[in-house]
Amino acid sequence: MTDLVIIGGGPAGMSAAVAAYESGIRDILILERDSQLGGILQQCIHNGFGLHRFGEELTGPEYAWKYEKQVRDLGIPVKLNTMVLSVTPERTITATNEEEGIFTIEAKAIVLAMGCRERPRGALNIAGTRPAGIYSAGTAQKLVNRKGYMPGKSVVILGSGDIGLIMARRMTLEGAKVKAVCELMPYSGGLARNIEQCLNDFDIPLKLSHTVVEIHGRKRLEGVTIAKVDENRRPIRETREYIPCDTLLLSVGLIPENELSLQAGVEMDSVTGGALVDQDRQTSAEGIFSCGNVLHVHDLVDFVSEEAAIAGKCAADFIREGSGERCGAAAQADIPAETFLETSLETGIPITTDGKVRYTVPQRITKRKDFTLYFRVADRYRNVKINVVSDGKVIHSVRRPKAVPGEMENIRLKGDLLEGVTGLRVELEELA
Amino acid sequence: MTKREMTCIICPMGCSLTVEMEGEEITSISGNTCKRGAAYAEAEVSHPQRTVTSTMRCDNGEVLAVKTDRPIPKSKVMECMGLINAHTAKLPVAVGEVLIRDVFGSNIIATENKTVQ
Ligand SMILES: Cc1cc2nc3c(=O)[nH]c(=O)nc-3n(C[C@H](O)[C@H](O)[C@H](O)COP(=O)(O)OP(=O)(O)OC[C@H]3O[C@@H](n4cnc5c(N)ncnc54)[C@H](O)[C@@H]3O)c2cc1C
Ligand code: SF4
Repeated sequence: MTDLVIIGGGPAGMSAAVAAYESGIRDILILERDSQLGGILQQCIHNGFGLHRFGEELTGPEYAWKYEKQVRDLGIPVKLNTMVLSVTPERTITATNEEEGIFTIEAKAIVLAMGCRERPRGALNIAGTRPAGIYSAGTAQKLVNRKGYMPGKSVVILGSGDIGLIMARRMTLEGAKVKAVCELMPYSGGLARNIEQCLNDFDIPLKLSHTVVEIHGRKRLEGVTIAKVDENRRPIRETREYIPCDTLLLSVGLIPENELSLQAGVEMDSVTGGALVDQDRQTSAEGIFSCGNVLHVHDLVDFVSEEAAIAGKCAADFIREGSGERCGAAAQADIPAETFLETSLETGIPITTDGKVRYTVPQRITKRKDFTLYFRVADRYRNVKINVVSDGKVIHSVRRPKAVPGEMENIRLKGDLLEGVTGLRVELEELA
Repeated sequence: MTKREMTCIICPMGCSLTVEMEGEEITSISGNTCKRGAAYAEAEVSHPQRTVTSTMRCDNGEVLAVKTDRPIPKSKVMECMGLINAHTAKLPVAVGEVLIRDVFGSNIIATENKTVQ
């Protein structure tokens, strides 16, 4: 029996491991399928990481190294090249690697930190042929930054999320000509700074409300036809334009990698694509925690580390309290700031949203303690108030000059606010 | 008087900055949330700078993540890329190790560890 098994050695897994260690747990094991720790950060060689967390601008590998060094210094065991195949609700993990074959591990607690993957191309319906030269932006990033292989010379990018923008610059720096970045929506999903430093710096046109409608070329991509779209995102025929190119990058979003979570019987949130969790990041399966991009897609790794530290610390608390005994233990223990709520522990206090706020993490509260509520909004808004409502009454609110879907927001809430509360609703109010 | 609009690239907030100028002289900077934004705007109108991040070939054929250890003039970015791509890194290399000195006022350093496999 192992105290804590962490699945995934990206920033989330490493931060959870360090936090659990700092909370006194020593019997920890990280399982990582890659040959290195660091997760997706290894291929994100650009800078922009760690401003919140370390107060300096780091590249992805540098940020990952800060955590890897801690993991090594603390002597936390890691199994690399080890793929987890399944997780049961009883916390039995089946994994495989070359030396040990297929093996199982029983864990007192598990942290799921498997990250996310890109939406497959099949999910996009573009007419035309299926030649070589079409990559997801993340795959292209891996090819260029890890393998030193340039996928092409003249490029069109579909999707203006941060990965697409970063790759526009990266391909340009390596000598390719990026002809256009097309974005279906009337605004970019990427950070303003990336539009500035990745597109404007190199005079790469950003075509908003545009999409790729046809792919040309038999063996190798020869070009794409793009078109403007109307309010209903339908391509307008008269605006069709042919752009010759040998490479098309698709930057069309990420989805949490949750096959293992589903096997473990974890209840899911259809909006985030990740697990439903409480303030401790514990899922509906007792002793199984979830954090990082597998829980919901983050844009800033700093928040991934922060969230994973919560999961790691709470997993440590869970192990110490002893599984199954936490109600009793909590009833007797003198924990003033962190009491269990009267409501059913299974469901806790549910947190719902009004649709303008698209989702929150956590989605429910089971303990009365201070916590941070992370959320995303569904559209672009200016000058808004975010209201936390209980029983029709606003119990907390914050103002924001702007709120956009591409940027995760958060609010700190005091445990005291939860006195007598049976449900919370997070609403967005547009101020004049 | 001239007015320049720009996006601060120093942090993910990405504030929209407005710089008002009288000839070469900056008369006002607005829109910044913190003073780093003002410093950015000042540099951007007189001598724009960028940090370059890229990869360098290693002597075993693999690639190594690298960066300039401070921002360099924006106009020199492509030249800097040329220098990085003309160089080969000798393994092993540790994070922070200087690979090329004095590149437009910066050093090219490794941003990851790499050993000979
Ligand atoms: C392309 C890209 C660009 C980004 N750019 C920025 C940026 O500029 N600034 C910023 O702050 N953030 C950026 N981010 C966000 C940030 O990097 C991520 O949010 C962060 O890396 C997520 O960490 P994670 O640990 O949750 O997931 P990951 O880093 O994806 O790590 C998950 C790990 O789990 C492992 N794993 C998965 N399944 C299994 C299994 N079954 N068995 C064993 N191991 C498994 C994977 O191999 C991987 O190592 C970017 C993200 C992406 C994808
Ligand atoms: S002005 Fe300050 S807060 Fe705004 S983007 Fe620049 S560094 Fe960030």
